[in-house]
Formats: sequence, structure tokens, C-alpha cells
Amino acid sequence: MKTKPGYAAVLAVLAASTIAFAGPSGGSISGKVTYEGTPARQKPIDMSKEPGCAAQHATPITTETVVVGPGNALVNVVVYISAGAPDESTPPAQAVTIVQKGCQYLPHVVPMVVNQELKVVNDDANSHNIHPLAKINNEWNKSQPPGTPPFSEKFGKPEFIPVKCNIHPWMHSSFAVLKNSHYAVSGGDGGFTLPNLPPGKYTVTAWHESYGDQTQDVTISGNETKTISFVFKAKPY
Amino acid sequence: MAKFFALTIIVIAIASAVPVVMHTWVAPADISTHGHLIDEQMSETMIEAGVSFLAAQIILAIFIWQFSNRGPDAKTKTFPGGAKGLVIAALLLVGAEVLALGVFGVKAWADVYLTPPSATALPIQVQAGQFAFYFRYPGPDKRFGPLHPELINEPNQNYFGLDPEHDLDSRDDIVAAEMAIPVNKEIHLLMHAKDVGHSFFVRELRVQQDFVPGLDVSLHFTATKVGKYEIVCTQLCGLGHYNMKAYLYVLSEADFDGWLKKEAAMQ
Repeated sequence: MKTKPGYAAVLAVLAASTIAFAGPSGGSISGKVTYEGTPARQKPIDMSKEPGCAAQHATPITTETVVVGPGNALVNVVVYISAGAPDESTPPAQAVTIVQKGCQYLPHVVPMVVNQELKVVNDDANSHNIHPLAKINNEWNKSQPPGTPPFSEKFGKPEFIPVKCNIHPWMHSSFAVLKNSHYAVSGGDGGFTLPNLPPGKYTVTAWHESYGDQTQDVTISGNETKTISFVFKAKPY
Repeated sequence: MAKFFALTIIVIAIASAVPVVMHTWVAPADISTHGHLIDEQMSETMIEAGVSFLAAQIILAIFIWQFSNRGPDAKTKTFPGGAKGLVIAALLLVGAEVLALGVFGVKAWADVYLTPPSATALPIQVQAGQFAFYFRYPGPDKRFGPLHPELINEPNQNYFGLDPEHDLDSRDDIVAAEMAIPVNKEIHLLMHAKDVGHSFFVRELRVQQDFVPGLDVSLHFTATKVGKYEIVCTQLCGLGHYNMKAYLYVLSEADFDGWLKKEAAMQ
């Protein structure tokens, strides 16, 4: 059977593109973040000055500076590729959202990519004033009376930004503005997965709002899944 | 027209005096041992200022009634002794009035504010910051740990900047977002501002005192009636000023001990 050279070229391109498509869904890095030692006790929050919020919590919520799970799992750790992946010049089209509900920020840690839309929602029947304490990006604070529609903001430079509410001193969150969308936040079991990694050498950083950051170098070849773990030292005070 | 104006002045003056004389807007019942002095002082001030106000308005109306509608040739009369005598007379009159209020006010102010609390008074520290009050009780050791402003960490509820890791006195300190006090017990309130000027105002206690950043202001009072009262900031302190409040619970001795134990368990 005689194969035309043209067909062969098309087939080759098709095959190559299949591999290229397989690439992003290929390698991944997953693992678990844990702590050793005694983490600080999280204190219940007294919201009596804002009765509408206090009523939304059957039992008072606690501070969230160190959230842990079973098996010494450390929750709310941002795990991301800090080197090895290209910066994303076009941010994801999907906005990330932070909701103010029951005088609490949901979620507690909000990762996003540089210039990605951040939507701020007030779900409470009282005013909030969200105030990201940015040092590299522009610092701003915006009031949001009850019933006002969500507003959008974005950050142009990578930075970890503590966020507070100017009206309710106990409200606290963190924005993690990252250079690419290869990130994950450790869940209730401390687990995380960074999928869709093409083969290459990566630096993985784990960042925690109270314990700082740690890095590890990981090399991915082919479609393999590498497992790594981060262990943070917890302090009682 | 001028006579109508004179009558209008009289009507407005009397109408504005009526609610004051009739006690239409009364202050809430006093719940402190010193409050009656404040109330008496307020009442004396109102009488003195009210009588002066009415007298001034009535004299003004009489003059308008008497001396309006005069022809262009009427002779202008002057005050005996000229303007100088009038000014001196007014200064002496107003000065004597203000001085009298100050002298009589000493018992309501200086005797309460400028005297030390008794040795058995319960110390409570209150910190005002944008836009909330936090209260600190010394715990079983009866001693407050030192403050380290650089350690203030709101996400972790370390509103006072305590260092329990290094300061043993701080370990049993109790920090709360509401204030509870035992009834009929003298309270020594140590006031501290974290950022800007604020004020501590409880209407029923007849206590209103500014926080001044950088100054340790203190006052003492005794509450005499069990109940829940509102503590509000009455010094415009910024965007969230309208929402800067906390609650004061005046409790029986036993209830107060229970409250303190409950708060201690949450530290």
C-alpha cells in the first residue's frame, strides 16, 4: 500500500498534537502538609457587637490563624509552583470570589493569578469594609453596605496580602497573588494536588499565614505523579 | 410687624423651655453611686442657663416692642456709662455665672475623677481601637501582664499585644469583647487607646471619658443596678465609628464569678 507523503505528515502532526494534549494532563505533584509540635490554640470569636453575625453561628467560630485536621494535617496552606512554570500573561477568565458572611471571610485563603478578577461579595445584613494590606500592590479599602452588588478588583503583581475588615477587627483573610495557575490549597486532610504539569524541573513552595514558607525542588518526567510532603514546625504561642 | 416679631420671639422661647421644664426628655435612670451628683449639676446648669436664656429673649422682645416704629427724628439713647460699661457688666455677669457653675461642679467632677479608687477596687483595662472595645481582667494572680504593642495581632485575637510565652503575668489574663462587672463593687477602669481618640460612654452610669492616645487615663465608679447596658464610643474616630460599641453587664457577685470562669476557659 502506497502512503502519500501528505497523509503521513498529517498523521504525524495529529500524533504530535495528541502527545501535546496529553502533556498538560500528564505529570502532577501531590502530597500532604502536616505540622509537628503544638499549634496555638484557636480562640472563639465574640461577635456580640454585631448581633446579626453572632446569630449566624450556633457555636462561636474560632480564629483561623492555624487550622489543623486529623493526623497533624495543616489546612489552608497554599502550595504553588514558584519556579519552573512560565508566568501566565493572560489570567484565567473565571473570577475568584471572596464572600463576607457571618462576619467571616469565606474562603479564609484566596489564591489567584496576577490580574485575575477578584469578586468581593457582602452576604451580610451589615456593612463591611474590606482592606487588603498590600505592600507591593496598591493598598485599598472599600466599604460595602448591605445589599450592594459585588465589586471586582485585581492585583497586578505577585504578593501574599493579609486582608482585614476595617469594621470588624476579628475578620481576617489572605490573598495569594501568584504568577501562574499551578496552585492548590491544602484541604481538611492537609492534602494537595498540582495537576497538568509538563515534564520539567519545578520549585514547589508551600506558604502558611502563620508559619511562613518552605520550598522543594521536583523534577517531572513524562506522566509521572511525584509525591512530596511539607512539615511545618508548630508553636504553642 | 415689629410687634409680631417680638411676640414670635416670646412664643419660641417659651415653647423651647416647655419640654425642659416638663422633663419631656429625661436621662435614663442612674445606676451609679456618683450619678446623682452629675444629674444635680446638669439640673443646676439647665436652670441657670434656662433662666438666662428666657430673660435674654424676653428683654429682646420688650426692646423690639418698645422701640420699633420710631420716626426718623427720634433720638438714639445710649447705655449709661457707654459701651465700655456695658461690656464690663456683661463680662462680670457671665464670668460670675461660669465661675459659679465651676465651683458647684467640683463635687460632681473633681471629687469623682481626681480621687484615687479604693484599694479593693476591681481593676479592668479597656482598650479602644478602630472600631471595637476589648476588656482585660487580671486573672487569679491579680496582675496584668505588660503590653507589647508590636505584638498586637488581631487575626489571633491578641488585641492588647500580650506575650504569654515570656510574661507569666499575661498567661492568666482574661480578654473579652464584652464588659461584665459585679454590682455594688468599685471598678477601677484603666483606659488605653490603640490608635486614635475614642470615648467610653455609658449613659446609665453617667460616665463619659475620652481615650487619648499615649495617655493612660483611669476612672472609677460603682454600679448599683444589675442589667445590660450599652457602651458606645462618643468621639468621632473614623469610618466605623457608628458601629463602635460593646455591652456592659452588671451582674450579681455569683454571676460575675461564673462569667469570669467562662471567659477564662475561652482564652
